[in-house]
Amino acid sequence: MEVTLNVKRFDPESKEQGSHFQEYNLEVEDHSTVLDALVKVREEVDGTLALRCSCRASICGSCSMRVNGHAKLVCKTKLRDVIQHDHKVLVEPMNNMPVVKDLVADMKPFWDKVRAIQPWLQPDGAAPEREYIAPNATMLHLTGVMSCIMCGACVSDCTALEVDKNFLGPAALAKAYRFLGDPRDDAGNNRLKMYGESGGIWDCTRCMECVQVCPKGVAPMERIMSLRDQAIQAGFNNNNGARHTESFSELVKHSGRLDELRLPIKTFGMFNFPALIGLLPVGLRALRRGKMPPIIHKSIPGAEKVRRIFEKVEGKK
Amino acid sequence: MKYAFFPGCVSRGGCPELYPSVVNVCERIGIELEVMEGAACTGAGVLQEKNQRLGDSLNARTFAMAEAMGLPIMTICSTCQGTMSQAHKRLADDPAYMAEINEILAEEGLEYKGEVVVKHLLWILVEDVGLETLKKHVTNPLVGLKMAPFYGCYIIRPTGALGFEEHPEREDSLERVIEALGAEVVEFAGKTRCCGFPILTINERNSVAMVANHTLDAKGLGADAMVTPCPLCHLNLDGFQPKAAAQSRTTIDLPILHLPQVVGLAMGMDPKAMGLNKHIISTKKLLSRVAVSA
Ligand code: SF4
Ligand code: SF4
Repeated sequence: MEVTLNVKRFDPESKEQGSHFQEYNLEVEDHSTVLDALVKVREEVDGTLALRCSCRASICGSCSMRVNGHAKLVCKTKLRDVIQHDHKVLVEPMNNMPVVKDLVADMKPFWDKVRAIQPWLQPDGAAPEREYIAPNATMLHLTGVMSCIMCGACVSDCTALEVDKNFLGPAALAKAYRFLGDPRDDAGNNRLKMYGESGGIWDCTRCMECVQVCPKGVAPMERIMSLRDQAIQAGFNNNNGARHTESFSELVKHSGRLDELRLPIKTFGMFNFPALIGLLPVGLRALRRGKMPPIIHKSIPGAEKVRRIFEKVEGKK
Repeated sequence: MKYAFFPGCVSRGGCPELYPSVVNVCERIGIELEVMEGAACTGAGVLQEKNQRLGDSLNARTFAMAEAMGLPIMTICSTCQGTMSQAHKRLADDPAYMAEINEILAEEGLEYKGEVVVKHLLWILVEDVGLETLKKHVTNPLVGLKMAPFYGCYIIRPTGALGFEEHPEREDSLERVIEALGAEVVEFAGKTRCCGFPILTINERNSVAMVANHTLDAKGLGADAMVTPCPLCHLNLDGFQPKAAAQSRTTIDLPILHLPQVVGLAMGMDPKAMGLNKHIISTKKLLSRVAVSA
């Protein structure tokens, strides 16, 4: 099979500023992975190409990079699945992290964030005589999230991180879920408070990029959603994120559908005048164009049936 | 071709121009619609973060109603589509879970049998109407217009729930429709990214920064307009574009069109009837370039 790798190159020691793209044409086996092809380039065509890899079996998490714009473990990615009509494959380093050279990203921000969520057990009381014991059944729900190999793919493609470097990001928050859920940990409330602060769980846009790109099925976003729910349950609900979720739910419960006019007011709180006034220019412009949501909100027919479902399911929870 | 039409909350709320555009375009193409008036909000992923079972119950209720009507569901919002597709998959993957949910529905005399089909108008145009038939309806090809596609997260991720394996054409359906209407596609990296709407009331600065990034990118690549199958993306990309421009200290002025509006324009339909005068970012200049010859 013939393939043209279009590789983003960057050499910090070069006199030329910035990055550029370089194409490599090569013949590869039908079953070759993107990593096979890159290694072939490095060994047979251009020894200056920098990339990082180790196990070649999607265990070590070293070889994440972007293929055709999406983060992947290249050892797990078959060329035939990503090759375009013109035989091209675009390969770039991970996003949302500085580049060391070519396809090697600097994972420091990644590790800093994992460290920030305090990824160690914090038990209360005196230490037991022997080891801390966790029954099997209490750990089972954590096996999915514990299969994270710290590859950085989710962080690379996270849309919230792209606009805000302070966001803790999917991998660290998935790790946060793991420690919060551990039966040997007693720092639950502290953790929830900390994770709910600015740059934490409420800044995720729910874009699902992390769910899509994670090679290990960790589904970081779903963990973040669970952290949100746990934070609300624990009473950490005095913030816009929690108010948004709660009022959305209340509005749907009440009328079967969303009331967009009331949602912003409920989210910010009736008395948060600066925030409400901040929304005003948009509202006024919308009004002028005749596109404001109806002031009198109509319920769907049979809204009481929807309310019944809320009562039944929420009662059960 | 007949569907149980799930309009969602926004098409009659924050984007009132969407609903009539859909109705008019479908009538012209011969897509028959029966409106699901009694169906509840999908939960839009927000309800699901609080209580997934609750969200799944509401969607299963909608599925059961469509089954009783004997029709597939048509959605007109990426978020509605994605939320329903995810619920659909969870129920299909776990018969015991479905039975539990059906117990909740039983009180209303409803039962979901697991057979419903849920499709966004975008997929219906490509898969059921067909691009060749769509082209036959085009009287006003949008020649010379450059359009940037913007999908909305929920209609492209996670692919496992959205049937991309059986329907690989869904991956670039929006580009194919834009082409079929005679316009030129502007390829840009932002087309599958997040518009920022879900965090608008939580972190406005970040949300609006996303609007700025995508609209400026598309504009930089020569786009005359952006097209989206998601009214929530529209709310942010159109409604908050002035704020995005102010925040990044520049002007943007990129009209954001709903998918059916673009289809309607290519079929020579009256821009006013499709609410093209109701956008925050004026479509006037764009419309002057669309020769109406219906
Ligand atoms: S869902 Fe949230 S954490 Fe995951 S990539 Fe999107 S913004 Fe980032
Ligand atoms: S959550 Fe998945 S994508 Fe993110 S670092 Fe862990 S294994 Fe990689």
